[in-house]
Amino acid sequence: MSKKIGDVILDLQNISLRFGGVKALTDISFDVREHEIRAIIGPNGAGKSSMLNVINGVYHPQEGRIFWHGQERKNMEPHMAAQQNIARTFQNIALFKGMTVLDNIMTGRITKMKANFIEHALWFGRAKKEELEHRKKVEEVIDFLEIQHIRKTPVNRLPYGLQKRVELGRALAAEPSMLLLDEPMAGMNVEEKQDMCRFILDVNDQFGTTIVLIEHDMGVVMDISDRVVVLDYGKKIGDGEPDEVKNNEDVIKAYLGAGH
Amino acid sequence: MNFFLEVLIGGLLSGVMYALVALGFVMIYKASGVFNFAQGAMVYLAALSVVGCIEKGAPLWLAIILAFGIMTLFGIATEKFVLRKLVNQPPIALFMATIGLAFFIEGVAPMIFGSDPRALELGIVDEPIPWVLDNWNMVISKFDLVAAGVAGVLVATLALFFQYTRVGRALRAVADDHQAALSIGIPLQHIWAIVWGVAGFVALVAGMMWGARNGVQFALTFTALKALPVLILGGFTSVPGAIVGGLIIGASEKLAEIYIPPVMQNMFGGNFGGIEGWFPYVLALLFLLVRPEGLFGEKHIDRV
Amino acid sequence: MLYREAGQFKTTYAADQQIFPIRQDRIGIIALLVVAFIGVPLFASEYWFSAILIPFLIFALAAIGLNVLTGYAGQLSLGSAAFMAVGAYAAYNFQLRIEGIPILVSFVLAGLTAAGVGILFGLPSLRIKGFYLAVATLAAQFFIVWCLTKFPWLSNNSSSGVISTQKLIFFGHELTTPVEKYLLVLSVVVVLALAAKNMVRSSTGRAWMAVRDMDVAASVIGIKLMPTKLLAFAVSSFYCGVAGAMYAFCYLGSVEPDGFSLEMSFKILFMIIIGGVGSIMGSFLGAAFILLLPIFLDVALPFVADLFGLPFASATVSHIQITVFGALIMFFLIVEPHGLARLWQIAKEKLRLWPFPH
Repeated sequence: MSKKIGDVILDLQNISLRFGGVKALTDISFDVREHEIRAIIGPNGAGKSSMLNVINGVYHPQEGRIFWHGQERKNMEPHMAAQQNIARTFQNIALFKGMTVLDNIMTGRITKMKANFIEHALWFGRAKKEELEHRKKVEEVIDFLEIQHIRKTPVNRLPYGLQKRVELGRALAAEPSMLLLDEPMAGMNVEEKQDMCRFILDVNDQFGTTIVLIEHDMGVVMDISDRVVVLDYGKKIGDGEPDEVKNNEDVIKAYLGAGH
Repeated sequence: MNFFLEVLIGGLLSGVMYALVALGFVMIYKASGVFNFAQGAMVYLAALSVVGCIEKGAPLWLAIILAFGIMTLFGIATEKFVLRKLVNQPPIALFMATIGLAFFIEGVAPMIFGSDPRALELGIVDEPIPWVLDNWNMVISKFDLVAAGVAGVLVATLALFFQYTRVGRALRAVADDHQAALSIGIPLQHIWAIVWGVAGFVALVAGMMWGARNGVQFALTFTALKALPVLILGGFTSVPGAIVGGLIIGASEKLAEIYIPPVMQNMFGGNFGGIEGWFPYVLALLFLLVRPEGLFGEKHIDRV
Repeated sequence: MLYREAGQFKTTYAADQQIFPIRQDRIGIIALLVVAFIGVPLFASEYWFSAILIPFLIFALAAIGLNVLTGYAGQLSLGSAAFMAVGAYAAYNFQLRIEGIPILVSFVLAGLTAAGVGILFGLPSLRIKGFYLAVATLAAQFFIVWCLTKFPWLSNNSSSGVISTQKLIFFGHELTTPVEKYLLVLSVVVVLALAAKNMVRSSTGRAWMAVRDMDVAASVIGIKLMPTKLLAFAVSSFYCGVAGAMYAFCYLGSVEPDGFSLEMSFKILFMIIIGGVGSIMGSFLGAAFILLLPIFLDVALPFVADLFGLPFASATVSHIQITVFGALIMFFLIVEPHGLARLWQIAKEKLRLWPFPH
């Protein structure tokens, strides 16, 4: 692989998150470097999804600091993450069910569209031009993910695996610099998993997108990620390159259930 | 001061009447997640059934039993023919369906039992309690006091029913988590039918109290509109919330009706009566802005 | 064989993104407009204009307004009639208080006034969702009607808030006949319906639908929930406001606040449920259905009763009407949640294959 891993772009320091009395994350620190594939693994309920939600501002941690490109982030809201070019997919598919594939992916580019509703209503000015320009970009994503044949299909009529792919497409349409993927391969068969792996690696390779990935399939994680962070019961128990993590005693314990 | 107290107590007591209707909403919402706009229409149907049966020659006790039968049948039919078919629809669709249901009842009920307003005689007179009038010089309606007592008994019965019977436990399980309840073998559809039956019973009690007080007429359906702000205030899922919400709405509405219009009259001139139509809503709305889950509702965390 | 898109290849994205991509649809719409603007005025009777066509168009416009808010942005409102009332009274006051203001300008200002009020009552949607919001919109319904009754200034000191609208002067010419009023209403409705269609097929509409379908995901994509929801409230109320202004000026001529009742709000809600939630065309179909059904029942019921020799009271007609409305709402929600618009679409798909079965 010819990619070059760059500097730290996202640095999380001592993050703690509580819901009422329940501790979801306790004192977690790790960083993400530019262009790398960073995996977050851990048993169910370890706080992996909460971690992604902290990164893109859906949840607000009670303690800890977050640095994005060296700048401390405060008062984060989800839509601000999008403006900072962070896109994500969800564990339980969060597509817009009433819309077609094309419209879903077009929605991914919404922050880049500037025409206001009056221009849209009258269909003049930037409105028409923008729709066409962005349609072109969206078609590139559609080509990339090989979903041309379903572009006008309402997403709720698609099988699960394709829905996951469309969701990736919606995230990619934003041309993100960082992509958060929450179990992109859950519930897929081997063939679909292979396709998805290929897409993830291609995205990382061709566009240089930094990827933070939650995945349960250890084979996949160890194969494609550059570094892995391991969570258990909301605490970090391992962090490093795949081989390092694989031999970490705490990690083995957590996965084999010993000690609990 | 006496006057203030009198208005306050009168308001609290009429709040109990609102709570009676709100209880029916809470029952159904808790067990099936359906926000039943038809609750007001059910109150109307129940009251009409009672007077309808009396008109046909039944004594009061029999009329009540017959009305209860009608409400139960109605509940089962609603579950079977409407709700069961809408199981996987979004909640908003179910809500709209209950608006349709309300219209349906409001059309059918008077076709069966007649539409002219009638009195319902329960043997309780709506007059000031002499003892209170003599000692404290306050007008407190005997009827309202009885209604409050009835509501209290009803709430206690429901609480006991939920806490100690098998069906009650199943109901609570269903309210907590539909899927989990299904997986341990609770027949969801039976439970829903029972809940609609219970809600029908609550509507019957509310219908009789309201009907005895204001006459049995179409306006009974508007009791639902009174109960909605109560629900916002108390939270959709809480029985105590319905009671407390009812008391707050009842009291503040009556106080507002007395004290706000004169102030507005001074400011703008003209007559500003009749604010009770919207005041509870605005109060509930302002409250929502501070605490969106209501007084007793649970805070909801979005999981993604 | 007549209705099919086979052979109509799109070679550019522009061609694919036209407002009506299929040629037959374009021809159909143009034909419909020709009939509406030229054919109908030639043949329809006065009764048709003033009792059916004008109210149909006005309610269709209000239904589009509610559809923007409920069907596209997913925020259920039970207060549409109140926003129509705002429009009616605002237009009246602009005509009354601004010398020589053109009627269309006062309609637009009425819409904008309603939009402002809509934003105000939309504010709670930022914190509350679903049923809570539906109940909150009832506040708008009751509060607005009460204000119009109680503040005499709003109705120029008339008793109980009744207003009689001013003359409809259009470029120096007074519109008096039903045909003229019809053409005015039709023009306004066509322009606004096209504008609505344009909004919902562009990123404005996509943002609304995203918020409707999954608001958390929408915000993660970068959609700001607050402006998106408030815009839906504003646009929706604008449409209802203009509809209300025309309801007063072109349909009834004299209105009172209590006329804009909760029942009217429900009627508009029923129009979009039956016509099609999230469909501009459905708003027209639903409005037609809801307005024609009572007329149909009025004629049909006595006839049926006569046929079977049943006694028939006129009160029963209204009860049957209410029952049928209620039953139809439940029926459509169960059988075809996307309403008549979806049935129309299915019919078109069938037509595409006709006369071959597959």
